Amino acid sequence: MSSTDIERQWTTRLRHRVTGHLPPEKVLPDTQPAYVASWIYVFGVTTMVALSMVILTGFVLAIRGPQWWHTSDVGHYVNSLHLWSVEVFFFAMVIHLWGKFFMAAWRGRRALTWMTGVVTFLTSIAAAFTGYVSQTNFDSQWISTQAKDGINATGAGSIFNVLNLGQMLMWHIVLLPLVAVILTAVHVVMVRVRGVVPPFEDAPPEKP
Amino acid sequence: MVGLPLLAALFPLDHLGHYIHWGWVYISYANAIVVALMVICFVAAIWVPFPGRNRRKESR
Repeated sequence: MSSTDIERQWTTRLRHRVTGHLPPEKVLPDTQPAYVASWIYVFGVTTMVALSMVILTGFVLAIRGPQWWHTSDVGHYVNSLHLWSVEVFFFAMVIHLWGKFFMAAWRGRRALTWMTGVVTFLTSIAAAFTGYVSQTNFDSQWISTQAKDGINATGAGSIFNVLNLGQMLMWHIVLLPLVAVILTAVHVVMVRVRGVVPPFEDAPPEKP
Repeated sequence: MVGLPLLAALFPLDHLGHYIHWGWVYISYANAIVVALMVICFVAAIWVPFPGRNRRKESR
């Protein structure tokens, strides 16, 4: 096989493209710009740490099941960890969102970074909602019966039945976490590709 | 386990929740406290100096 043939292979072209956009020093940088030394930049990574904890405790809950998390002390503890990780997740994510909104973080060809963050936020709300209706207790029964009319009024009730525990649990533990994790990964990769958005005074002039 | 009755007395969960009703604003005290904490954290994150910030600016 000639070198030209090798250059034309899709694996070679894909590798060149990936390493061109995302060289190793961008994936794991040694330094960041001085403006990143602010507490406001801490909340994005706090959100990711909380998400990791949500996934980890979710794995444990999935392994042991509802009888365990309703009746044993350790089950209650892990269930509470799952809940409070979600609380921290949303707390940090909303502050991250406020910070990025007021920085206009979509500047400098960062629209995809911003939009993946927005969609991750919306997906997380759906994931939290399906979690609340999957608790298998009176709370989840109350929430699902209250929510069904609202969901039905949107027309989504025909394919998204909040009273169907099996369906809600599958959305909660398979579909929505998968989407949230994939979007978070794309979001982080985009931050690495485009870099952290600079403050207005440090930003290069936008091309007309 | 000693703390549980105290906790239950401070945060009774077998009563109706307390709500702030101000015009069209209708929010539970619990949610209002969380929102207030988020605003406090947001303002603090902007104003509180980050450790080593000056050192980084000098080496820039």
